[in-house]
Amino acid sequence: MFRRIDDGEPDTCEVVFNGRKVALSRNANLAASLLAAGITSFRKTPVSGAPRGPYCMMGACFDCLVKIDGETRQACMEAVRDGLVIEQAHGEAGSDE
Amino acid sequence: MSKYDIAVIGAGPAGMAAAAQAAALGAKTLLLDEQDGPGGQIYRHIEHTTPEQLRVLGKSYEAGQKVLRDLCEAPVEHIRRAAVWMVGKDGEIAWSVDGKASITNAKRIITATGALERPVPIPGWTLPGVMTAGAAQILLKQSGLVPQRAVLAGAGPLLYLLASQLIAAGAPPLAIVETNSMRDVLAAAMHLKPNATTASYLKQGMKMLAAIRKAGVPRYRAAQNLRVEGECTAEAITFSCGVRTHRFECDYVLLHQGVVPNTQIIRSLGLDHRWDEQQRCFRPVIDRWGQACETVYVAGDGGGIGGAKAAELQGRMAALHAVAGLGIVSNIKRDDVATPLKRELAAELPIRAFLDRAYAPSEQVLAPHDDTIICRCEEITAGNIRSYAKLGCTGPNQAKAFGRCGMGPCQGRYCGLTVSELLAAANGQTHDQTGYFRIRPPLKPITIGELAALESE
Repeated sequence: MFRRIDDGEPDTCEVVFNGRKVALSRNANLAASLLAAGITSFRKTPVSGAPRGPYCMMGACFDCLVKIDGETRQACMEAVRDGLVIEQAHGEAGSDE
Repeated sequence: MSKYDIAVIGAGPAGMAAAAQAAALGAKTLLLDEQDGPGGQIYRHIEHTTPEQLRVLGKSYEAGQKVLRDLCEAPVEHIRRAAVWMVGKDGEIAWSVDGKASITNAKRIITATGALERPVPIPGWTLPGVMTAGAAQILLKQSGLVPQRAVLAGAGPLLYLLASQLIAAGAPPLAIVETNSMRDVLAAAMHLKPNATTASYLKQGMKMLAAIRKAGVPRYRAAQNLRVEGECTAEAITFSCGVRTHRFECDYVLLHQGVVPNTQIIRSLGLDHRWDEQQRCFRPVIDRWGQACETVYVAGDGGGIGGAKAAELQGRMAALHAVAGLGIVSNIKRDDVATPLKRELAAELPIRAFLDRAYAPSEQVLAPHDDTIICRCEEITAGNIRSYAKLGCTGPNQAKAFGRCGMGPCQGRYCGLTVSELLAAANGQTHDQTGYFRIRPPLKPITIGELAALESE
């Protein structure tokens, strides 16, 4: 697990990840907040279905892809917003097959 | 007519310094950066750091506050969350913010896109829970998060810095597994050219190592055959040192094999790159001001790894040259300001000759085993690439046609160097003969809708 270094409870809001309600820090980095909530695997690859999670945290590796409002996004480049509905990106690149 | 005199891409130390310098000299300056705030990766989140973060991150991070101050005092138009997806030699730049695309032009472009972690293709590096050491630092800087039960593995001073920060945060790593050996470090020491700057970096390094020793974090040297085990996430790392095999159960494996220039934009412009044997990567061909062609400059680690302070100096030098070239200031003024910067830069860079050799990437990641995935996106193995070479594939662009390596969403950022290394070795060619992926816009994914909306403006 990840641990917070600053004391004090963060201001949280509720989001849905894969149908499950999770409380995440409001306006915080989405990938970081999901990791902090104990979610390590963000998606399955389109090639083999292997699980993947954040690797670079800087917008370069595209392994933290998630689906928000039907659009595939890099979780490490998004902020936590109230009521966000996040789905695991699965086979996005191969969805035309 | 160009809307801006200078457009700077990337708000790390090089970009912040370049934009601040250009604007301070009277150039109309645009700064585009992908993140929420300035800082790049090295000074990530520098605007909002908490006292506890500053304590944990230490002095090298705090140095970013001065660069930030200079940027804030200069009249720079800074667009945040701007993912640049096209750049032209004519000065055209296109980017998107939150799904809305924009396009503008500038007389001169300074690219300050920094570095990427060198790819670390070892078995299991694609498992969730395996991240770069840089990613762990970003989590610490931006989100104040530290991983528990983590093993740091690879080579480079960043591993020591991260370990000492995790120790300061009360979450020491379980172990540091180093792929380089004491012999590498001693042999590299011959290349140390003593000066005050080098001495201060070495002192910082010794301090970090002392903290690691004091915390009782075990260090393994000359480790080989690194492998991350796990079903759905990382569960353990195994490696061998000499005849002994070790296994650490852990939740996170943080990999590092040094950093390499992020050359996507410069590559997309078709500008020349040369193989740098010492840094084991390609770097763009630039002059001492960072100029790559009449309209485009490269500043900071994107032009070759030199570190944060060097990047800042290079950013200012590129800005000075570009602004003087536009006639906004005289060459005399330019040289007046640049002379002390050049002196500082000359003191900053010599330590690289030591660091690049002492912490050279391991043979395992340069020539991975056949069954190791090297293209994370398309799940192509090293053996696949070697088999393409047997069929006559001579270069990375042809390799795309054989098996889609480098054609996934990361656009080759985390396999490009490995593909070049593998093909060069398999074909008995030099890296320059082998070359690199041809990079084309869009450099970041954009929707058709974004493009269409841009057209109608």
